[in-house]
Amino acid sequence: MSNLLDVKGLNVAFPTIDGEVRASVDLNFELNRGETLAIVGESGSGKSVSSLAIMGLHNRARTVISGEVILHGSKGSMELISASDETVRRLRGKEMAMIFQDPMSSLHPYYSIGAQIAEAWMIHNEGSKKDGMKRAIEMLDLVEIPSAAKRAHEFPHQFSGGMRQRAMIAMALVNNPSLLIADEPTTALDVTVQAQVLQLLQDMQKEFNMGVILITHDLGVVAEFADRVNVMYAGKIVETAGVEDLYYRSMHPYTIGLLRSIPRVDQIDNHRLDAIKGAPPSLINLPMACSFAPRCEYASMVPESRCTQSQPELEAKESNHFARCFLPAERIAELRS
Amino acid sequence: MSTPILEIKGLTKHFPVSGGAFGKSKGSVKAVDGVDITVMPGETVGLVGESGCGKTTVGRTVMKLYEPTSGQIFFDGEEITNLRGRAMKPIRSKMQMIFQDPYSSLNPRHTVGRIISSSFEIHGINPDGGTKVAVQELLERVGLNPEHINRFPHEFSGGQRQRIGIARALALKPKLIVADEPVSALDVSIQAQVVNLLDDLQKEFGLSYLFVAHDLSVVQHISDRVIAMYLGKVMEEAPTAELFARPRHPYTKALLSAVPIPDPRIERSRERIILKGDLPSPANPPSGCVFSTRCWKATDLCHQIAPLPLELTPGHRVACHFPE
Repeated sequence: MSNLLDVKGLNVAFPTIDGEVRASVDLNFELNRGETLAIVGESGSGKSVSSLAIMGLHNRARTVISGEVILHGSKGSMELISASDETVRRLRGKEMAMIFQDPMSSLHPYYSIGAQIAEAWMIHNEGSKKDGMKRAIEMLDLVEIPSAAKRAHEFPHQFSGGMRQRAMIAMALVNNPSLLIADEPTTALDVTVQAQVLQLLQDMQKEFNMGVILITHDLGVVAEFADRVNVMYAGKIVETAGVEDLYYRSMHPYTIGLLRSIPRVDQIDNHRLDAIKGAPPSLINLPMACSFAPRCEYASMVPESRCTQSQPELEAKESNHFARCFLPAERIAELRS
Repeated sequence: MSTPILEIKGLTKHFPVSGGAFGKSKGSVKAVDGVDITVMPGETVGLVGESGCGKTTVGRTVMKLYEPTSGQIFFDGEEITNLRGRAMKPIRSKMQMIFQDPYSSLNPRHTVGRIISSSFEIHGINPDGGTKVAVQELLERVGLNPEHINRFPHEFSGGQRQRIGIARALALKPKLIVADEPVSALDVSIQAQVVNLLDDLQKEFGLSYLFVAHDLSVVQHISDRVIAMYLGKVMEEAPTAELFARPRHPYTKALLSAVPIPDPRIERSRERIILKGDLPSPANPPSGCVFSTRCWKATDLCHQIAPLPLELTPGHRVACHFPE
């Protein structure tokens, strides 16, 4: 597997009159071709903001951004944060593409589905509208839209939710990108349709050998789809590990809490859910402390109230398994069981 | 056997589809088509299904927010199908609703105190110790700070707003609460808190819930009995443990297999039924069994004749010609 994306020290912040909102703080991760990295977190944890920044889709006038994002594309490596708008625009839709949660608001209601996919192709390729439409139909066929040649001429409102999301996938993949960012791609869909779309994404990933960043809040989807997982909380990665390590040997109290708090369809029980108490903090003027400490049931076990006095670093707890917690790995393992 | 708190028989709700220049009726959307549901006192019945299956319409028709097209609704033994306006008011105080979206179901220009106390006002109730004290007790009971009585909804987070909605529903000491997707707009770590709160309140006040949701994991956790709907009809009904361990309708089976399990080894080794195609339009449902167009077991019989719900084992009803 070759390296596709390196994110180094990525910070995204929004200045506001109340203070700076640090939406994403010192993000570091990498992604290989053919690999799926899931980014998990709740609203406001910074998972979408950082992906928009990678794609160069953030509002440049209102966002303070620093760090490095290096894409190792088919034409060599390129740093995206310092690159010009024009350079990023040439890469976006070609080398890297994104699909969003709500396909209705990401498709233009006035143009036919086929025309919109054709446009995405024509921006990056020499060819006529006719060639574009031909390519669009091929793509719709690939994402299993029945009678694609006919349906390409239909408009978004004539498609069901699941078909719209398929059309979005067709549009994102029309130029055979090496990086796909999927931001909550199935959250708006029913479970049986979600299963169809996830299956399709997996097939497409194999076919095109793409690196996929899957942004989601659904730990079930992550368990099914991801190779590695970044768990984010209040703008920071609090744990990163291979998918099995993350689920079976969680090393951060937040991850442990999340996994305990969700009911499962395969475990029938009526005991009380182990809820995480409290709510996520505001991202304005966060104190120099562990952001999870006020909700953490283990914080009192750390001596000298370190959790509320200083910020833990993302440190190796096991091989290839990092967590942002002061507790030593053995202690967390004890508490987890 | 005691009287059911809620009993609906053959409930049907059709919405007319108008079109053309003069709004002539072009047929109807059969949102709910012959549904029977019974909720016993203290029981939680989960109503599951995908968008468009009619589960929300059932909830709203029970509350008489919609007038049923046909069928009967009994509340605590009394028929309320045709009650309207003033006659319905005393019943409304005994059944309350919690909505999905805590952002649009609270008036942004009213304080929390006014939102909750309007229930007392509408029903002309003077609680012991005064309205303010009663509201503050309710706030405290749902885990909010009673001092926040004069705050506006926008000053609260999503989870807290949902608690305000719950406090409002509790104000009149109802017997039945229809909860329509009460936790689906909330973050994962907040969902569990609200589910626990609903559990506690049920024990404390002996409430019955009709819990409408699409998230099968949450429904599994909270319900005593589960009813699965598809295109306006009940496909299967069973005690929770039985339905989840041994679904007998192909639709329920497919639905359960589609829910991802947060456990990588189990998730990647289990067999998944992927349904073909999309939900047919409820304005033009398939003939015979409504699920037959997507069912892998469907035969000519299924395409022609709709199966009637049969009680296969006690309490387990399945509407299928070829149950598992």
